Amino acid sequence: MIMLQYLALAAILFAIGVFGVLTRRNAVGILMSLELMFNAANINFVTFNKFIAPGGLTGQIFAAFVIVIAAAEAVVGLAIVLLLYRNWKGINVDRINIMKW
Amino acid sequence: MPGIKIELLIPEMFLFAWALFLFLYDLGAKRKNSQSLGYLAMFGVAVTAVLLSLFHGGMVFGTMFQSDQLALFFKVIFLGAAFMAVGASFDIASEKIHNHRGEYYGLILLSTVGMMFLSSASELLMLYIGLELTTIPLYVLVAYFKDDRLSVESGMKYLIVGAFSSAILLYGLSILYGLTGTTDIVLMKINLSLVFLANGKIGPGLILAIVMVIAGIGFKLALVPFHMWAPDVYQGAPTPITGFLSVGSKAAGVVAFARIFVNGLIGFATDVMAPLDWGIIVAVLASAAMILGNITALRQKNIKRMLAYSSIAQIGYLMIGMVAATDRGISAVSYYMFIYLFANMGAFTIATIFNDKTGSDGIISYAGLSKSSPGFAACMTVFLLSLAGIPPLGGFVAKYLVFASGIQAGYTWLVILALLTAVVSLYYYANVIKMMYFSSESPSYKIKPPIPAQIVLFIGVAGVVIFGLFPQPILNLAAEAAKVFAF
Repeated sequence: MIMLQYLALAAILFAIGVFGVLTRRNAVGILMSLELMFNAANINFVTFNKFIAPGGLTGQIFAAFVIVIAAAEAVVGLAIVLLLYRNWKGINVDRINIMKW
Repeated sequence: MPGIKIELLIPEMFLFAWALFLFLYDLGAKRKNSQSLGYLAMFGVAVTAVLLSLFHGGMVFGTMFQSDQLALFFKVIFLGAAFMAVGASFDIASEKIHNHRGEYYGLILLSTVGMMFLSSASELLMLYIGLELTTIPLYVLVAYFKDDRLSVESGMKYLIVGAFSSAILLYGLSILYGLTGTTDIVLMKINLSLVFLANGKIGPGLILAIVMVIAGIGFKLALVPFHMWAPDVYQGAPTPITGFLSVGSKAAGVVAFARIFVNGLIGFATDVMAPLDWGIIVAVLASAAMILGNITALRQKNIKRMLAYSSIAQIGYLMIGMVAATDRGISAVSYYMFIYLFANMGAFTIATIFNDKTGSDGIISYAGLSKSSPGFAACMTVFLLSLAGIPPLGGFVAKYLVFASGIQAGYTWLVILALLTAVVSLYYYANVIKMMYFSSESPSYKIKPPIPAQIVLFIGVAGVVIFGLFPQPILNLAAEAAKVFAF
């Protein structure tokens, strides 16, 4: 039942990521939690590739692409965090609430 | 290798190269000469449309990239949305963007490339990359006014929610891959059926995957309860980008939904093998979208926010065709999206021009517009009436088809609810028209849109009116598009 252990690891990582996104107030903290979620899915892909479909490489290729995409997302995210800092002199997302309803 | 027709990728490759060309052109061009960039972007989109008409039909990379009728139909919508968004951007680009005009237009085109890949994807990896290629340029575009707090705030909100939803979607896709051992959507369907036949049940994994994929794509579609970002982002983003977001990105989500659910998981919507009826979940979400979108739109004071809630409601109507999951439903959805392109892009173009002139987005400041700029007000009226679904405009035909497909598939309660909420929606659309025509105020300014924006408005009005009066050619194409799923 080694596969279940990997899947459990991924599920725990994913849950930590979701929890972080929902509770963190620091914009960089939110970006880090998002990375955890992406990497949880990556572990899933690689695990399934090894145990469910060992003949192919689809899962691993998928994971490689996701790493690249997550990097691109983090770049844009950090750029926007920089803009936040310039405009608000801080990156606490609680203060960024001009628009409501 | 036989079977690889790489030339099918030429439209995408051209548009990608053109976006890079715009980046470079901006470096060399004189800063004052801002108009040429916009015209070049429009030209690139038009050339891509011509290339698309030459190269389509077939697949590339095995079954990964399907250049079929459905993809073709939606690619035309994406290109139309990009064309109209660029056309509406001229004033903003020359007045509010000083140093990065090339990137502004180039990123719109890059996002369009992503949508084109997404609409052709019949494989989860391609689908996911297309989705991200669509969204990442949009994050930048939404936050494009770097010193405008509204724009930066909406960019941050869009980024967090967008990345969160795509991570959820990715996790769902990974479970689908684990259950089936493949990422090809058609093979996935076959494998799921085999597992079902062998065990008599599918188990909780599939349910989890379906819920996560619905949530992930629901965020892109701004389907209730995943709509929270939409009003804020729509309000804060540059207005042409809001229009592009509400049409292009939404249409991309619709294609992705159709590819995964209506193509891949269709066997699980019928009674024969029904471990989970995703149709019911989506129907409930659609009804929530119609109710919440229309009711909340009633009390909006800002035209962009009002259109945001109206677009949430529109996606609710549109999903009726999707849950019907018949060829009539899909063709109705395609036609709906096609008309929505003209009406919604037109309405946002009006909002752009109006904001450029008066600096206001408030519905109240539209008072008396018909006296100072009658043609402009008439265009807005046409767009709003089409969104409300008044005959003989395109929106009426679209709503009629979607509702008919819903009744045919047995979702009568959903259609009745849609009709009731459509009546409510009349109020807030008519409110703007009332402001423009029956207000005693007479504004001092006169709005004269720049030439590209006039072209966009003309396309919008012509599309809504002509395809409303003579829907048959587009309906035939939409029916062709729906055939790719082989019901």
